[in-house]
Amino acid sequence: MNELFLIAGMAIATFTIRYVMFAASHRFTLPPTLLRALRYVPPVVLTAIVVPEVLLSEGGLQLSFGNARLVGAIAAIAVGTGTQNLLLTIVLGMAAFFGWQAVLTWLV
Amino acid sequence: MTHPDLLPRSLARRSRPRPEFWAGARDMVPLIVGAIPFGIIFGTLAGSSGLSAPATLAMSAFVFAGSAQFIAIGMLAASSGWLLVVLTTLVVNLRHLLYAASLVPHVQSLSSPWKVALGFLLTDESFAVASRRYDQSDASPHKHWYYLGAASAMYLNWQICTLLGITLGQTLPNAAAWGLDFAMSVTFIGMTIPYLKTKPMGIAVAVAAIVALLAAPLPHKLGLMVAAIAGIAAGVSSERLTQT
Repeated sequence: MNELFLIAGMAIATFTIRYVMFAASHRFTLPPTLLRALRYVPPVVLTAIVVPEVLLSEGGLQLSFGNARLVGAIAAIAVGTGTQNLLLTIVLGMAAFFGWQAVLTWLV
Repeated sequence: MTHPDLLPRSLARRSRPRPEFWAGARDMVPLIVGAIPFGIIFGTLAGSSGLSAPATLAMSAFVFAGSAQFIAIGMLAASSGWLLVVLTTLVVNLRHLLYAASLVPHVQSLSSPWKVALGFLLTDESFAVASRRYDQSDASPHKHWYYLGAASAMYLNWQICTLLGITLGQTLPNAAAWGLDFAMSVTFIGMTIPYLKTKPMGIAVAVAAIVALLAAPLPHKLGLMVAAIAGIAAGVSSERLTQT
């Protein structure tokens, strides 16, 4: 019974937050200033998700070549800036990460 | 309306609903790869937190929110009541308000069933992929099909991985150590770079990065919200400063 309340409650809470803006969206037009501000949302959110993923582990900042995620991220930034090709950025970033991880396990 | 022959062939093809849908699903693949370990870990851990297998599947099917689901099973393992978990879910998912607000100009004119479907399927990943499509300059009237394709692929993957975690979780080698989750990081890096063409955008991203690190200890994904808002504020103010 509690599981039913739990899942129904979580589903309603999640859907409401995701849907409320869409539901009301035909009733208002966003002011241009706000629209300009919202253009920042995608890059800013993606950055805020990635940076802690790459740099933080075990509660501390991992700024060394012992951090394979950092090496993979640097490779991805280099490839992405150089080529502007998303697929290549993903593939070479992953390759650098796995490759560096293999090197690290080999060294230890 | 532009005659299809006047468009580059690939874009003309993509401006129809079905190709848009499949293009969205295809472009979601790297983020699906990144989500696989999380789905499996969720399915594996849910049982040990006291959630039954049907409830675990139902949670992935009806809630469909990775971070909230992880926090929920953590709270259940610590014997929190369902109401507290629901309230926490609300806080963890606050960031979706920001995503939805930024998608409003694109979904405004869609029918209600579309808004319900796209709202239900809104996640970090589908937001990232759909925004990228909406920011492309071709005037396809079917970009919502692309969003639907991307989000549906993510949904299907989450259900399959939850099921895999429940059934095979104990027999699989530790999914957390595979490193597949790094696919999300490199994808998001690749998606951020094209935005960095103006100084205010660069400042916004730099501020978001620093604040995300400083605010990381905040609970319930609030660090993400704080970092995003700080980044937007920095971008907007630097725009103002460069204008005057």
